[in-house]
Amino acid sequence: MTTKRVGGSTIVYSTPPVIVSAATVAGPKESEGQMAQWFDELVPDDMFGERTPEKAERRFMEDAIKIALGSARVLPEQVNMIFAGDLLNQIITSSFTAEGFGIPFVGLYGACSTMAQSLTMASAMVDGGYADLALAVTSSHYQTAERQFRYPIELNIMRKSTSQYTVTGAGAALVGRSGGKVKVTEATIGKVIDMGIKDPNQMGPAMAPAAADTIFAHLADTGRDPGYYDIILTGDLGRVGAEILRQLMAEKGVPLGDNYSDAGILMFEGVRGTGVGGSGCACSALITYGFILKRMCQNEISRALVVATGALMSPISWQQGESIPCIANAVVLET
Amino acid sequence: MASPGAKKQKADERAKYQRLAASIVPKPPLVRNMVVAFVVGGLICTVGQGVINAFMSRGMTQDEATAPTLATMILIGSVLTGLSAYHHIGEFAGAGAAIPITGFANTIVAAAMDFKREGYILGMGAKMFIIAGPVLVYGILSGVLVALIRWLYRG
Repeated sequence: MTTKRVGGSTIVYSTPPVIVSAATVAGPKESEGQMAQWFDELVPDDMFGERTPEKAERRFMEDAIKIALGSARVLPEQVNMIFAGDLLNQIITSSFTAEGFGIPFVGLYGACSTMAQSLTMASAMVDGGYADLALAVTSSHYQTAERQFRYPIELNIMRKSTSQYTVTGAGAALVGRSGGKVKVTEATIGKVIDMGIKDPNQMGPAMAPAAADTIFAHLADTGRDPGYYDIILTGDLGRVGAEILRQLMAEKGVPLGDNYSDAGILMFEGVRGTGVGGSGCACSALITYGFILKRMCQNEISRALVVATGALMSPISWQQGESIPCIANAVVLET
Repeated sequence: MASPGAKKQKADERAKYQRLAASIVPKPPLVRNMVVAFVVGGLICTVGQGVINAFMSRGMTQDEATAPTLATMILIGSVLTGLSAYHHIGEFAGAGAAIPITGFANTIVAAAMDFKREGYILGMGAKMFIIAGPVLVYGILSGVLVALIRWLYRG
């Protein structure tokens, strides 16, 4: 049997699945940034006309799936499985949305790393022959995340110098055997890394070591250097976390060059009141399925390493004084 | 699991990383924050003084005017929160907006608005004091303690 793995933690898809179609739905603040041109749907009302932000988040996810299926002219019945995750307790956005489509469902929780996690799983199912078409979907919403992890929306709170702003939106990718330009060729599954950061306002510093670990493992497994990729994108480290990651990689002897960017920084460049950058599942999903994928389709870039980063704490764990365990999952996209 | 040696190594690694992270994390602009908090907090208090003066000019004594003044300031804080304005003041002024009674009103109204979606009983009713609760508990507790000390001293 041919092995489909190199090194300790990198999957190599033997017949790389393709992204048949992808869709991005972005909220109002996300539509203000320079990235807005790459998104499929811009929603000016973050409540999406709904009564609760939780329902609104589901509408974002629903639209992302509908647009992805529509542009591939695929009916929900033709999709074999859907891998989805979000930030809410019991991942209600994903399961409630999946109910509406009637597609066999696997719920995932990887915090903000869910984009890479779901794409890895969907691709593995297609490559393994267990699915002809599989969806990888994720979403986040500023208001639902604030309620889940922080404080009421209208509370008078001053942002810390490392605070990030949760991205409102959803991204979906339809993975199949053929019919797309961009292939998912490899994936590196991250380890849970906890370097003892306890402050939930310091997501970037908490997640940077996990990103460094996964990128380093990926490069070691594949025997490459960072220059192999046209772009290396981390999910939501923000300006502070990205700077720490550069230092960590330099210390490990594999400095990141100009091809490194962070989705959290790209998302809110020049948008006021967003702290040191975006965060949330939708952050890496919107930038990957919008900015990166579309530029790959236009032949502007051909190899991308997407490293989605996630902080795996809960409000209970940090209130009990525990530090923040983090993860980073990487996927390789190639044309 | 990990041997004592490995544990020590991990603790050292963590400490080293936390020093690196702390050296990159930007320091909060303390002077700016304090000046803004002083000015904005002072402005809110000036409004409060204006209100109490207005009540006193209508013939109330200072003692009589205190309660309606507090109620007025709470009303202002609550309405600004409902209009989604107070959190902007808080984001700008930090403690300057949080410490006056308008900020206290904000914590209750903000929680009430948020949890209303889970219903009036289990949501708003149960959770509107989720931020203000500790202030009340320890405020009342320290009030009782101070009163007790005073009573023991003076009899």
